[in-house]
Amino acid sequence: MEIVSIKPLLAILVSLVGSGLIIASSRNPNLREGWTILISLAKFAIVASMVPTVLSGNKMVYTLIELFPGIEIKFRADAFGVFFAVTASFLWIITSLYSIGYMRSLNEHSQTRYFAAFAIALSATIGIAFAANLVTLFMFYELLTLVTFPLVTHKDTPEARQAGRKYLAYLLGTSIAFQLFAIVLTYTFAGTLEFSEGGILRGAAPPLVLTLIYFLFIAGFAKAAIMPLHSWLPTAMIAPTPVSALLHAVAVVKAGVFSILRIIFYIYGVDLMSSLNLGILTAYFVSFTIIVASLFALTQDNLKLRLAYSTISQLSYVILGAALLTTSGMIGGIMHIAVHAFSKITLFFCAGSIYVASHKTNISELSGIGKKMPLTMLAFTVGSLSMVGVPPVAGFISKWYLLLGSAEAHNMLLIIVLLSSSLLNAAYFFPIVCKAFFEEPAETFDGEEIKEAPLFVVIPLILTAIGSIILFFYPQPFLRIAYVVVQNVIGG
Amino acid sequence: MITEHFPILLIVVPLTSALSTPLIGTLNKKYCWYTAIFSISLSLFMSLYILNAVMHTGRISYWLGNWEPPYGIEYAIDYLNSYVLVIVTFIALAVTIYSKWSVEKELPEKTVLFYTVYLLLITGLLGITITGDIFNLYVFLEITSLSAYTLVAIGKKRNALVASYNYAILGTISATFILIAIGYLYMVTGTLNMADLSTKLPPLYDSKVVLTALAFFMAGFSIKVALFPLHVWLPDAYTHAPSVVSAILAATSTKVAAYAMIRVMFTVFSPEFIIVRVNITHILSWIAAFAIIVGSVLAIAQVDIKKMLAYSSVAQIGYIMLGIGLSTKLSVTGGILHILNHALMKATLFLVAGAVIYKTGIRNIEEYRGLRREMPLTMLAFTIAALSMIGVPGTVGFVSKWYLLLGALHEGKWVFALVLILSSLLMLVYFWRVIENIYFPKMHVAVAMDGGDKKKELPYTMLVPILILALLCIALGILAFIPLKIVGMISQMLVG
Amino acid sequence: MIEFILGKYNYWIYIILMMIGFYAMIAKNNLVKKIIGMNIFQTAVFLFYISIGDVKGGTAPIVWEGMEKVIYVNPVPHVLILTAIVVAVSTTAVTLAVVIRIYEEFGTIEEDRILEALED
Repeated sequence: MEIVSIKPLLAILVSLVGSGLIIASSRNPNLREGWTILISLAKFAIVASMVPTVLSGNKMVYTLIELFPGIEIKFRADAFGVFFAVTASFLWIITSLYSIGYMRSLNEHSQTRYFAAFAIALSATIGIAFAANLVTLFMFYELLTLVTFPLVTHKDTPEARQAGRKYLAYLLGTSIAFQLFAIVLTYTFAGTLEFSEGGILRGAAPPLVLTLIYFLFIAGFAKAAIMPLHSWLPTAMIAPTPVSALLHAVAVVKAGVFSILRIIFYIYGVDLMSSLNLGILTAYFVSFTIIVASLFALTQDNLKLRLAYSTISQLSYVILGAALLTTSGMIGGIMHIAVHAFSKITLFFCAGSIYVASHKTNISELSGIGKKMPLTMLAFTVGSLSMVGVPPVAGFISKWYLLLGSAEAHNMLLIIVLLSSSLLNAAYFFPIVCKAFFEEPAETFDGEEIKEAPLFVVIPLILTAIGSIILFFYPQPFLRIAYVVVQNVIGG
Repeated sequence: MITEHFPILLIVVPLTSALSTPLIGTLNKKYCWYTAIFSISLSLFMSLYILNAVMHTGRISYWLGNWEPPYGIEYAIDYLNSYVLVIVTFIALAVTIYSKWSVEKELPEKTVLFYTVYLLLITGLLGITITGDIFNLYVFLEITSLSAYTLVAIGKKRNALVASYNYAILGTISATFILIAIGYLYMVTGTLNMADLSTKLPPLYDSKVVLTALAFFMAGFSIKVALFPLHVWLPDAYTHAPSVVSAILAATSTKVAAYAMIRVMFTVFSPEFIIVRVNITHILSWIAAFAIIVGSVLAIAQVDIKKMLAYSSVAQIGYIMLGIGLSTKLSVTGGILHILNHALMKATLFLVAGAVIYKTGIRNIEEYRGLRREMPLTMLAFTIAALSMIGVPGTVGFVSKWYLLLGALHEGKWVFALVLILSSLLMLVYFWRVIENIYFPKMHVAVAMDGGDKKKELPYTMLVPILILALLCIALGILAFIPLKIVGMISQMLVG
Repeated sequence: MIEFILGKYNYWIYIILMMIGFYAMIAKNNLVKKIIGMNIFQTAVFLFYISIGDVKGGTAPIVWEGMEKVIYVNPVPHVLILTAIVVAVSTTAVTLAVVIRIYEEFGTIEEDRILEALED
């Protein structure tokens, strides 16, 4: 049932308005950060209050304005949107705390710009989550790219400028070239752009055209970092670590996979996907990314780069799950959005914490750091375990569902892909953990005394690590929403 | 009632003020600006009134000297030209407000002269738009062109003279072609009234004379609108003209020429003739597609900001013409809407480019480095307009691009859709280059706190028009249904 | 064929003149010669207009009582062309003024030299 409610709009507006407050109080850093925390709490509260509604199978819609005949800016908070919004807005609270600690310990410049852009980026993310049609989605998608640009180029150096250029060329370029094209084609054939369970494109055009539009969509959402359109993500790692953590492990990249899932479930629909054989095609396509990105990750010495390649690989899990088109597969894919978010943000927080405490960025320099920073590295271990999919950490749950889904689809090859990628994950994460805890500190450590990072930095990463564990024992809130999504998608 | 006479007053008010400006200027040259503001505000008011009247009662016909058409000159106003009238007067007002300091700085000795010719230019533009008589259109076209040649020649550098000369030569060729075409039409029909022509021409559609007339019209107007490959006069003229002149020419004069072309194609001739019989629209759409690509590619190669914007105009004119050339209801909506949207965007961009020259003397894109710190609001306006050109949703550029894309795909003409997409990417390249320069500091200096810099914003009379135009780029992108209401009626009228 | 050429000789003259003028505007290197070409070009069009207004055996269009049956030429093109002449004169004036300014600035009115000077 559709309920008209202004809540989706409020959830978006709160941080948009909040960014104004942040800019206005730029002279008073404490007040400014106070606003950030307050806004993130308010945003989470609004989003969380929608959970009961969507669990009962309803969705909230709100039409803001009709841009031009047939094209509306419309919001729709259904189970899938709320799932993503809850994940992003919850992690924003923790990231805000972390940002305060990180930015202040490093005495970074332009902090007002940073916090303001962050707030708008979250508005855009929630906008993507709650978009009811492709134009609204496209609008917030572009906004997210533009507003994260100053965050990526925060350092203001020539390298940052170069990175920003690449970031923009990939994200804005593909979205204009492919996504916009696909949207217009969809509108031409289907006559509507509204997301709907069961899809809108069935029978609207010849199969070949539909396949073409599908691949335009996949290429258009480069935020999902599917190979060969992935290389913006490692480049974007030049950003401050909290940005990499929330945006390039959660908000931006997940917005990409979220959008692709929207296309698969709500524009094409499960039936059409399977009748065109697009599901299995996509699954093989992203399998390539899963394996190759993991291999790339193995070769990286820079910690953040290794995490970035791991993200690329993990993002494709989500799409793989959805593309299986089986109940368990879809649940696994959707769950992985949240699970990976919690675990990867922990890992990035740890990387940032190491940087704050010791200014080290390379894995080869991390020998024995676990003894100096036990809390950080313990959290890192938890995150790694989750990535590999070892119980009792949340990563196991989504991987289990994904394997189950592959089995339901009777596809041995995909099972092998998933298992071997787990092995690869282990191969690039465990050496870091071993190095940190069991190797003797290198002599470069002697000159300076390294201790744990400030509390504002350490507490958030402990929280997310604990969150990853809790999600294993108590995944119900997310799992139940995921079930509702899948029921709607299959039943619709 | 005086309101009945608004169509003629719309011409008379700027014309008389143009003629009285030299006198007023002898008292005090500062009064010229007030005169211009006053008369253009009046024109804006009148054109808004006319637009409102047309929306309610339909076509307005005003008989000059009460001579009945087709014997007398008729001013005929329908949806299309009332829409263009409002655009011209509105942009002109914004540019005029802005002109005060800019002209004072760039042309201190020629202020009086400038405003005289400037008002003549506006008169001509309004005249082309409002008239229902084809020979009258030619006369106004020449008034516009002569003022434009002069205004370009006023430019400070000596390149301006050469640009003006070349513009004049090509402009005269174009005007003479149009004159020849009018002669051919008069030869076979014996009338000059557009409405009358449209009823007398259909039986003569097989005549070679009519076909020749169409060919001369198209060639003549193609030069005036600077349709590739007849655009060669435009980049130099826009680059070397004074900032105010570049802005008004880019935003209004090519648009009015495009209007005149549409008027001749659709009113004097008929959609049936140009689309079905001769299918000139098909050729037009291909030429437009080339204009879009070539203009964009050439824009990338420029280092002078004004030249870049000028080449971008060549591409954007292609958008309008593509919309007309595809001649479906959707694409015509996109093309006509782009007349407004491009006027807003280009006016903003040229005014900002002028403002930067005014403040710092910088024209080179590479030197835009770090301007954000010095002129934050101006640069914000530039960014908005540039994003709108790229076609980011929520801006006016997106709306017209959407309709053009939809129009192309609806007809199954994928090539044109690809051209539109490609041009967006090219625009991303050349506009982002500027935006990037604006937002990156001059060199790598870690600024400890925000807002510590000395700001050098513009005087209010320059800043406010820029900001209003930039704001409209967003407002009309979100509230697109407002212009679409009238544009929908126009496309219904043209191809519906 | 001969009839076709001779019978419409006025139009042929107009076309030839027009082409001469057009050629001069495009191909001449001297800026003043271009303007002369422009004048020829425009004058050709005036002749064209006068031609289309002409009626065989027509007389001046002055009508008074009792003269209704007399054939007279169409006066409208004449009126039109008066306006066009004014326009042409103004154009010539403006372009010549620009040429004078160009001469002051560059010391030459040869196009290739001006372009050279601009490139420096």
